[in-house]
Amino acid sequence: MKKLISAGLATVMLMFALAGCSSGGGGSKVITTDGSTSMETVIGSLGEAFEEANSGYSVSYNPTGSGSGITAVSEGRCDIGLSSRLLKAEEEEQGLVGTTVAYDGIAMIVNPENPVTDLDLETIAKIYTGEITNWSEVGGNDGEIVLIGREAGSGTRDGFESITGTEDVCQYRQMLTSTGDVITTVSQNPNAIGYASLASVSDKIKVLTVGGVMPSEETIADGSYVVQRPFIMVTKEDTKLSDAAQKFFDYVISGDAADIITAAGVVPAN
Amino acid sequence: MKNRKRLVENIVHGIFLIMGLITVGFVLIITVYLVVSGIPAIREIGLIEFLFGKTWASTAAEPSYGILPFILTSIYGTAGAIVVGVPIGFLAAVYLAKLARPSVKKVMRGAVSLLAGIPSVVYGLVGMLVLVPGIRKVFDIPDGASLLAAIIVLAIMILPSIINVSMTALEAVPKEYEDASLALGATPVETYFRVSVPAARSGIAAAVVLGVGRAIGEAMAVMMVSGNAPNMPSSLFQSVQFLTTAVASEMAYSGGLQRQALFSIALVLFLFIMLTGAVLNFFLKRSREG
Repeated sequence: MKKLISAGLATVMLMFALAGCSSGGGGSKVITTDGSTSMETVIGSLGEAFEEANSGYSVSYNPTGSGSGITAVSEGRCDIGLSSRLLKAEEEEQGLVGTTVAYDGIAMIVNPENPVTDLDLETIAKIYTGEITNWSEVGGNDGEIVLIGREAGSGTRDGFESITGTEDVCQYRQMLTSTGDVITTVSQNPNAIGYASLASVSDKIKVLTVGGVMPSEETIADGSYVVQRPFIMVTKEDTKLSDAAQKFFDYVISGDAADIITAAGVVPAN
Repeated sequence: MKNRKRLVENIVHGIFLIMGLITVGFVLIITVYLVVSGIPAIREIGLIEFLFGKTWASTAAEPSYGILPFILTSIYGTAGAIVVGVPIGFLAAVYLAKLARPSVKKVMRGAVSLLAGIPSVVYGLVGMLVLVPGIRKVFDIPDGASLLAAIIVLAIMILPSIINVSMTALEAVPKEYEDASLALGATPVETYFRVSVPAARSGIAAAVVLGVGRAIGEAMAVMMVSGNAPNMPSSLFQSVQFLTTAVASEMAYSGGLQRQALFSIALVLFLFIMLTGAVLNFFLKRSREG
């Protein structure tokens, strides 16, 4: 019986050791990334291309959200953290470094039945803070504006609110937990307005121009479209990346990856 | 030989014991984990302010963590689902247990089981695409995602448990009771409502409590139709957030005190559900004792 127990213990310990290897790095060829759900498409296609070019390597992605990804990398639970917002000062003080991979435009979306086609940043802020409540005030039909947003803590919401300067004061009618839900809800309600990653907009809804500028790769890259945010990779300043992770990191910021990043619907930074 | 047999018996006994302990272990671990992670935020925020605060702004620059809106929404939503769902479920159960022809009963029982098997995300999706726009048009309001939408979805979701449990209770009423009533000249319908239903009342009460338990713990379907804005529920057409959806929608991105407060919400919800369970046991026990 004692023998059995010790054999069992040894197996368990071996399993832990193996698990440690695969997540920790060392000589392993697995790169673990963790963070922003908005970056799923980008990291997915980058990982796929990287695995194809370097056989034997594998890139894993854990969609937990920007905050969780930053925590994960600072606690050493993943190689590279992914964030769809710039690091906060207190996070940089902890020795974290952010490297911008791409810029994501946040599209302002309305129902296709809505005659409004353009709003400027100030008007968007007024609409979301409840100062403007009827579409007729901005040249649309008579109807109460229904504000659709994301849940507290979402990277897209954080991005949108920090760009428009409406932190904590948005009068949301609905707070939904995914970009897809926002798009579906806006497509169902003629008086709704919402925001979503440019990469995920579909023809079910209408994208507004902001200050006369249509969101597109060019207008986001040259900065003329103002509702945009960075996609960054987060690493620790004082900890060296594993060889595999370093290789992936270099690949992502190299010019080779630019086409893949573009194909994923966002604008490459390098 | 005899010794060997006893050894096998003991080993099997041991395996069963271990399986039982694993189940108990999970319950203990989850309970302890919830209490341990739920208490710190309550201590930091203050119990009164946490339970009776009217504002929830977890990511604001000056955050406030009052969950009264969530508690009231959960209570109103569950009560609403019971008010809408119990009459429908109860009458359906009386019909199925006493009045329906065997062929009809078979088909309807199948439909009820099917309803129980539909995943909650499907209820949510149908609610989002059909019910929410429907409510907006019927009541001519700006947006249909509301407490009312959540109540309707929950009422439909608790139907199978109410129907199944009340039906079992009604079928367990001794036939002699009904025969006696019929022999005394009562009509069948009089018999069912004056004799069968009172005899099965504890079982029916258990069905209602089971419905409460199901409704109060539902998150996914409710999250898709209720709007999720942390308003105090003062009207049926308001966008509201439940205890469950508050945890489910913010957990993914949360950190620090916000995350701890979400665990505290889960702890409050856990206590609610424990209470429901205790009430359920009470009724089931009474129903067995007759």
